[in-house]
Amino acid sequence: MACFLVSAAEAAIVTAVEKNAEKKESQNEGHVEVKETKIPLSRKLKWLTYLLWGGVAMLAFEHIWHGEVTPFFPFLTAMNSPEDTAEMLHEMATAGVGMAVLLTGVWAGMCAVADRIVKRADNSKTEEETI
Amino acid sequence: MTLLIMVFAAVTVTVKWYTRKDDSMKLGILCFLYWGASIMWLVDALFEYAELRADYFSPALEDMVNDTFLGLSAVAFGLVIWLVRLLVTDPRGSVRRMLKQS
Repeated sequence: MACFLVSAAEAAIVTAVEKNAEKKESQNEGHVEVKETKIPLSRKLKWLTYLLWGGVAMLAFEHIWHGEVTPFFPFLTAMNSPEDTAEMLHEMATAGVGMAVLLTGVWAGMCAVADRIVKRADNSKTEEETI
Repeated sequence: MTLLIMVFAAVTVTVKWYTRKDDSMKLGILCFLYWGASIMWLVDALFEYAELRADYFSPALEDMVNDTFLGLSAVAFGLVIWLVRLLVTDPRGSVRRMLKQS
């Protein structure tokens, strides 16, 4: 019904945080020595924004396809009656939150794996240099 | 069916991204787009399965055809988003070159 709105809200917040992190990193570039092998936080957050906005765009498309989103006010057909609105809110609280949580979880796992890969590559490089 | 089509699209694009020679086509964005949609549709499918149980795996033919069309349209929609972004950011400078010529 409108489960994608939860992820859309998260995507908006993450985008703002990502822009802020990017700004801070570019300001610190000259002052703080950044480890060459470390993946910057802004880059990781960008991955999450792409995942979230991508999913939101596709699900919004699906909702338009099924006629659940309309181009006129109130934009969601579920807003037309209190019963439908209650059902929509329930769906947002269950499936919507589930989507956002799973997506964020997958992203967290992806970041952990990416950090490990970078660290492994760095370790093998140091080993080669010592040999 | 929609989920299945999206997962296949995501896997195909990811393999293409992994075997790419350079990053000028920005395939990574398309990967994230499709994987994001796949994960969200997976949750949707899990909730639907919890409601319908075994019936979830035997949909009506009409629903299946509609879902197939939706899946293919979603893949096409994703490709359009990626293409528009690619042309606007123009990492290879092809659009810029063409505009300067004309």
